[in-house]
Amino acid sequence: MLNNSFRFTPHITLEFKIEEKDFFIASESASRIKKTLQQLGIKQDIIKRTAIIIYEAAMNVAIHAIHGALKVYVDPEVISVVTEDVGPGIENVELAMKEGYSTAPQEIREMGFGAGMGLPNIKQCSDELVIDTKIGEGTTLKAKIYLNKNHE
Amino acid sequence: MTLGEIVKELGLEVLTGNINLNKEIKSGYVSDLLSDVIANIEQDSIWITIQRHINILGVAKLKDVIAIVIPRNLSVEEEVIKKAKEEGIAILRDRRNAFEITGLLYNMLKKAQNK
Repeated sequence: MLNNSFRFTPHITLEFKIEEKDFFIASESASRIKKTLQQLGIKQDIIKRTAIIIYEAAMNVAIHAIHGALKVYVDPEVISVVTEDVGPGIENVELAMKEGYSTAPQEIREMGFGAGMGLPNIKQCSDELVIDTKIGEGTTLKAKIYLNKNHE
Repeated sequence: MTLGEIVKELGLEVLTGNINLNKEIKSGYVSDLLSDVIANIEQDSIWITIQRHINILGVAKLKDVIAIVIPRNLSVEEEVIKKAKEEGIAILRDRRNAFEITGLLYNMLKKAQNK
């Protein structure tokens, strides 16, 4: 059994493909990774934040991109969540980071998605966040969550 | 307070059979924005929403939601009910609106916690 006195986190890579408008994969991949992290005995708060980042990042790819991939790397010190997509790119990253700002189409908003909370949620939950985007090509998002660091 | 007790006291319609009726409800949340729910709902909650598409089940599963309550007797597709049963998430329905259901539930849960 895993406990606090002996905790071993191996190097793990988890990968999911995301197709356009495949919204279910966001919660499905987040649920699966959550379960894996629970089995590793990782702290509740870290798991909660990681799950939110995975859900929102994968959701952004499903809503906006043509296709993409989600990769999660679990190391002894840090969890990295990476999404890479082929898509329209983000025109104004600063604006996209603002709560309530969204470029999601109306029918997607009616489903309760695209409320302009995705990137702000990711930012709030991560210790480091880098977004690389090229208009007309795609976006790469990298979020890091440190396992042994206080998150403010 | 168990989900079964809540169902009985409020006279809620159960769409998913016996699923989760014996589970303890700790808290509740009301929102139709899925990002808001993902960020803020607590574990073992009852969630009130008018969203009824299949993706609410993904959100519920991720956040360990015990039951979803659909207000105003809005229709729920058979496909969603079937998937909810598979995932072990209860779907309930009521004639009242979200405001009324939330008020009733809030008072019930508060009273149960103070006992």
